[in-house]
Amino acid sequence: MPSTIEKKVERNLIGLTPSDYSGKKSTLCPGCGHNAISNVIQAAVFELGLAPEQVVKISGIGCSSKSPNYFLNRSFGFNGLHGRMPTLVTGACFADSKIEILGISGDGDSASIGLSHFKHIIRRNVPMLYIIENNGVYGLTKGQFSATSDQGLVLKHQGENILPPLDLCMEALISGAAFVARAFSGDVKQMKEIFKAAISQEGTAVVDVISPCVTFNNRAEAMQSYTWGRAHQTPLQEITHFGSKEDIVTDDFEPGSFKEVELQDGTYLLLRKLDMDHDPSDKAAALDILTESYKKKYFATGLIYFSEVPPTIQERYDLPDEPLNRIGIERLRPTPAMLDKINHNFGI
Amino acid sequence: MAVTELQSTTDLTPIVNDFCMTVCTVNGSGSATANSIIYRALFQMGIPVSGKNIFPSNIMGMATWFVIRVNEEGFTGRVPHDDIVVAMNPSTLLYETSFLPEGGVIFYADHIMIPEGHREDLIYYPMPIKELMKTVDVPRNLVAYMENMLYVGIVSQVLGIELDELRKAVGHQFAERVAIAESNFELIKIGFDWAKDNVEKRDRFVVDRRPVKGNQIMTDGNTAAGIGSLFGGLQFCSWYPITPATSMIEAAIAKVDDLRKDPVTGKTTCVILQVEDELAAAGAALGAGWAGLRSMTSTSGPGICLMSENIGLAYFTETPMVIWNVQRVGPSTGLPTRTAQGDLAFMYNIGHGDVNHIILIPGTVNECFEFGWKSLDLAERYQTPIFVLSDLDLGMNTWVTEKFEYPQTPIDRGKLIWEEDLEKFEDWGRYKDIDGDGIPYRTVMGNMSERAAYFTRGTGHDEYGNYNEDPKNWSDMLHRIEKKLAGAIEKLPQPIVKKGKNAKIGIIGMGSTNDAILETQAKLAKQGLETDYMRIRALPSCCAVRDFITEHERTYVLELNRDGQLKEILMLEYSDLSEKLISITDIGGLPMTAVWAVENILAAEEQYA
Repeated sequence: MPSTIEKKVERNLIGLTPSDYSGKKSTLCPGCGHNAISNVIQAAVFELGLAPEQVVKISGIGCSSKSPNYFLNRSFGFNGLHGRMPTLVTGACFADSKIEILGISGDGDSASIGLSHFKHIIRRNVPMLYIIENNGVYGLTKGQFSATSDQGLVLKHQGENILPPLDLCMEALISGAAFVARAFSGDVKQMKEIFKAAISQEGTAVVDVISPCVTFNNRAEAMQSYTWGRAHQTPLQEITHFGSKEDIVTDDFEPGSFKEVELQDGTYLLLRKLDMDHDPSDKAAALDILTESYKKKYFATGLIYFSEVPPTIQERYDLPDEPLNRIGIERLRPTPAMLDKINHNFGI
Repeated sequence: MAVTELQSTTDLTPIVNDFCMTVCTVNGSGSATANSIIYRALFQMGIPVSGKNIFPSNIMGMATWFVIRVNEEGFTGRVPHDDIVVAMNPSTLLYETSFLPEGGVIFYADHIMIPEGHREDLIYYPMPIKELMKTVDVPRNLVAYMENMLYVGIVSQVLGIELDELRKAVGHQFAERVAIAESNFELIKIGFDWAKDNVEKRDRFVVDRRPVKGNQIMTDGNTAAGIGSLFGGLQFCSWYPITPATSMIEAAIAKVDDLRKDPVTGKTTCVILQVEDELAAAGAALGAGWAGLRSMTSTSGPGICLMSENIGLAYFTETPMVIWNVQRVGPSTGLPTRTAQGDLAFMYNIGHGDVNHIILIPGTVNECFEFGWKSLDLAERYQTPIFVLSDLDLGMNTWVTEKFEYPQTPIDRGKLIWEEDLEKFEDWGRYKDIDGDGIPYRTVMGNMSERAAYFTRGTGHDEYGNYNEDPKNWSDMLHRIEKKLAGAIEKLPQPIVKKGKNAKIGIIGMGSTNDAILETQAKLAKQGLETDYMRIRALPSCCAVRDFITEHERTYVLELNRDGQLKEILMLEYSDLSEKLISITDIGGLPMTAVWAVENILAAEEQYA
């Protein structure tokens, strides 16, 4: 019966179906944490009702950076250079400020070769969702330590890692990011809500996703493994993104146990307290959580820090509302009279 | 420079409008301002003149030189000797006199001690700088600056530079800061009046007013390039500070508000952004170019080194961007404040694998303006990084040049297509050669057509941007890019030829050596050797270059690098003609001189006599 078939096809606010958001078939290893992230990105963009054409995917080099090919086929993508994704984004963001930019990188990209770009794009506050698909290992070069590898990690060819890891959430915080979250490829529900919130927010929103490499770094004792993650995950709050205030349902919640946050695009975030009772608007508390969780070996996920967004880089320039890349050529060249004036000033 | 060699101190026949004067000061003392005033006053008097600042990589306290050359015939390239020295720096005075031939003139601050009997063949003009300073009330922190204004007055009076022109030049220098202009001019006048009353002219050098050429302006190549880019519709410029490229961006920053307000909305249409390093500068310019903005970055050799990976990416993803290299002396940190043409070969093939690039080489300040806008058109037309190769001499020194000419052609955005354009193509692919010219059609982000998006990658890709490792696909892709760029060659700025009389000998040069080579050509002609001179303004070189080499028995390629990089490139491109090419090169960080070029060409010619 035609009516029942139609019912099965889910459509979003703008009438598109999930298949409009799909990408090419992934060539990453089966079970790779990055595939979960790709699926969640697709779902998040679908649920937000953004047309794929409104999104741009930019990445660096590595397994993570290959993944933008595996979601949002109808979005422009740029798989650039190792570590340099933020530099491409910095230039591209001025072309059309209405486009949502997804930056996809790995721990090699963002914690090593491109660490300075990571920090500087946050300093500039380029509006984007900055995702680190963090597996603590170089996968595409077959298993070397990365700057987020846990101290003491043992890999097949390199032996034991003698150096402590960098924490990219901490780097993001001290660089001035107004949205810092940590997610886990083993918890797609939480990740999706975080992504939706991050996309809804202006400024650089950083999400460090612990995303296990099933081939090179998934031993049960490894901190970026599925097993360790599942055993130690400690959500900082229950996080739900709502399209509007009216959609929020809090009937079952104790008064004082939740917080509604309005995001810049008019959508809402509902944060429900859990055991941790973390205040994400407190930067010192955010740093403490990161320090403590590493020291005490638990895996804090969720919204680590959230504050009012400082002006974005685009807002620091007095740009026209229409996309800069569509401004007609006649509006880009100064007049002959302006050149005459320059010649006059340089002349006698 | 032949003039002073012939003079004797008893002969007072004036030498009109023909000398080279070097002012020796301590850097950080504001001498650049003082020298610019002399330089500009000469320009205002219609006298052909050049000024070159030869400065240390230092902010304050080291020796610095400003060389002003006046030449009736219009030859204003560097010369290796001085006729006049103005010595304000005690530590270098004796060294400076070594550049003066017999009969040379030295103005010096009279508190500087000159050993008894030193170079008695010179004409000395002591200047009572400290004494004269006592007659004025100058704040302590400005004393060094104001002392410089005194020599401006004294030297100008002795040489015949008009006081009114100095006043105008001061006004120009300080623009709206009228009070500062006045106090500076007051000092100049004190010096001038003192000289008038106290100096008996004993040397032969004088200047004399000439009809002013209305089509001439005075500025530096970096300023011209910055403004030219703004006239080219530049929309995004990312950069990182480096000598000698920084002043190009600073010139653009100074003008962007005036020049680039959108006539419709009153908002800005050009973003200039300083980033964390040259990797980011190249990456951001590449990102902007990819996203459909006319984009540029400007740097010097060390910055180009850092940009090389991005340049390869731009080449292979066929992304438009413009990269200026205002060359300094390398390798390594080298001589950061001196000039060279040593990056040519490096840039021509920069990037790993099969790459080749288009390089524009301006040789005048006017061309810096022209290539500023033209490079952005070429980048979008050919969807490739376009290099513009300037140098410190052209970029940072002020030159007399022709007025900037308004672009003759409208802004060219190449094969950039939007939603409605896509409808015309049944089977569009980002890298598909639809027109057979090797140039594909390009969509950019923000295009809302379902068919517009593609996946850009530095990895192997097919006509649609899909990942591809097939050998034939790779080969086809690289050959199409080769074809695309080959199609650009005859559209690039053509070489300029200045012919001699029935010359059998050719000279090829590029860039800022133009003045020196023009003078070389004239000097050689005077000595009986006629030459034709071709200045190459773009690479890859066009048919005219092959014809030029073919038509001459031999051609000297003159350049400021050790290995003769331009000659090597021409030898590769025209290997059948390689025996006709002779390399003459100079390094050391200073602009080329005609004296050196003539000597070397004549020495080489002896072999053929």
